[in-house]
Amino acid sequence: MPDDGHEPILAVHNLEVVYSDVIRVLRGVSLEVAPGSIVALLGANGAGKTTLLRAITGLLPVHHGRITKGTISLNGTEVTSLPPPAIIRHGVAQVMEGRRVFAELTVAENLRIGGLARRNKRGLDETYAKVMELFPVLADRKDRSAGLLSGGEQQMLAMGQALMAGPAMILLDEPSLGLSALNALQIRNLIVEINHGGTGVLLVEQNARMALSIADHAYVLDNGKVVKDGSGAELLADRDIQEFYLGVGDAGRLSFRDVKSYRRKKRWSA
Amino acid sequence: MTDFVQLIFAGLALGARYALVALGFVVIYRATGVINFAQGAFVALGAYLVYQFGTTWALPFALAVILAMLVSAGVGAGVERVVLRRVIGRPVFAVIMITVGLLFLLEQFVTSVWGHQSLNLGDPWGVSTASIGTLVVSHRDVWTLVLAGVVLAGFFAVFRYSGFGLAMRATALDQEAAMARGIDVRRVFAASWAIAGAVGALAGITIASGAAGLNPGIGLIALAAFPAMILGGLDSPLGAVLGGLIIGVTQTLTAGYQPQYAAWLGENFYVVMPFVVMILILMVRPFGLFGTKEVARL
Repeated sequence: MPDDGHEPILAVHNLEVVYSDVIRVLRGVSLEVAPGSIVALLGANGAGKTTLLRAITGLLPVHHGRITKGTISLNGTEVTSLPPPAIIRHGVAQVMEGRRVFAELTVAENLRIGGLARRNKRGLDETYAKVMELFPVLADRKDRSAGLLSGGEQQMLAMGQALMAGPAMILLDEPSLGLSALNALQIRNLIVEINHGGTGVLLVEQNARMALSIADHAYVLDNGKVVKDGSGAELLADRDIQEFYLGVGDAGRLSFRDVKSYRRKKRWSA
Repeated sequence: MTDFVQLIFAGLALGARYALVALGFVVIYRATGVINFAQGAFVALGAYLVYQFGTTWALPFALAVILAMLVSAGVGAGVERVVLRRVIGRPVFAVIMITVGLLFLLEQFVTSVWGHQSLNLGDPWGVSTASIGTLVVSHRDVWTLVLAGVVLAGFFAVFRYSGFGLAMRATALDQEAAMARGIDVRRVFAASWAIAGAVGALAGITIASGAAGLNPGIGLIALAAFPAMILGGLDSPLGAVLGGLIIGVTQTLTAGYQPQYAAWLGENFYVVMPFVVMILILMVRPFGLFGTKEVARL
């Protein structure tokens, strides 16, 4: 656990989430994000990463899910099961998987939407200017429909939308998914830059190498449980992580096929 | 020629009434994906409320109109809050049938309170007319166009430029993404129902004013406005307005010329003209003039 004497900006304690009253997806997850840090959340498809983000931001009801046990606190205030507008006002903004920008609205309108939930509208112009500075490409295209942007630009727009809420922390769900290596690298660098501005980041990624390379701390989620955590560097050096997520084995690189059959044989929690 | 201009003018005034009703349909459909069959009940309720405030309580007419729109908006928001919010996420068919039930319930309420007899709305326009050159226009039609124009312009200004309009558009495009941005979609739903209630009420007032008189059948105009919404494209407010105007003008032109030039179609053919226009346009453009191609959403 990160421990620098500060209250964690996000603290999830022993969280259980059930969908449709029967499918238990999270089984007692605990994690913390220290202020201004980058925390990576790794795990295979179906491990519960997106569910954890939904639980934090109050979007579970949309998917007929609910928190059955455990707590979520932001800056020491418990916010378990609060609705999304309340969560945003507590300083947490999410970028959903697949970016989900409003394709038929312009870039500028999309960014304005990001600022709607803000109670204090005074800093809005300043934030807008900062976002435009961070993503100059959005400034060039501000009157264009978001649907006409490239994948990388849409990811930047989605991140810009989240930043418009003036959050202390952002949750990113698979920001590099479907992007070219070059675009993914650009997004990685932007995440670092946003973080340097003091914004905390909880980063969900399939691209473990990218995530671990910038993470202060990382958690590995499997089958609804945290099975491992440590600093980014520790996990990069971890044998299991290398085998499961980085495709590196004792005998050097394994083929994808070998990794897959190996994964089937060895479950984390078994 | 004078006849023609006169018919066009009357058609635009009629179309403005359809446009107001159709806008009510579209606003709710966009936000919630539900076709609100109770829209006709807002029309009736609005007109009867003006009768109540203006004639029975003898308030100034303008005040009566504003009050009626406000109360009708409140009823719309109330219906959403008490009934519709509980069925969010249920099959759309069930929700639509609930609105059908609400239509009959509200209409029954209206006749219970105000009776079946025809009433006079007590509007200041009456049956008076004005002459512009050889053109004779009724004050009621002029006022209908002015009021509808002001309300529609106000709606589009809010819809296009205000933060709340932005929230409404975002919610219509991607509900979950809107929630993730902190938009309170329940407030958007409630506001959509309130807007539908208010514009429906205004439509009712402009329909029942003048010589037309007020009777419980007034809500039936929603049936004629229905094609206006469909041909404009279910989810386009601009389409609803244009659809309403097109149908209004077609209807008055048909009423004006069909008995003379196509008498074989029979009497009162103009009544079904909205549906004829709707069928023709849908054959060419299945999603209406301005509708989104894929209106089915999660």
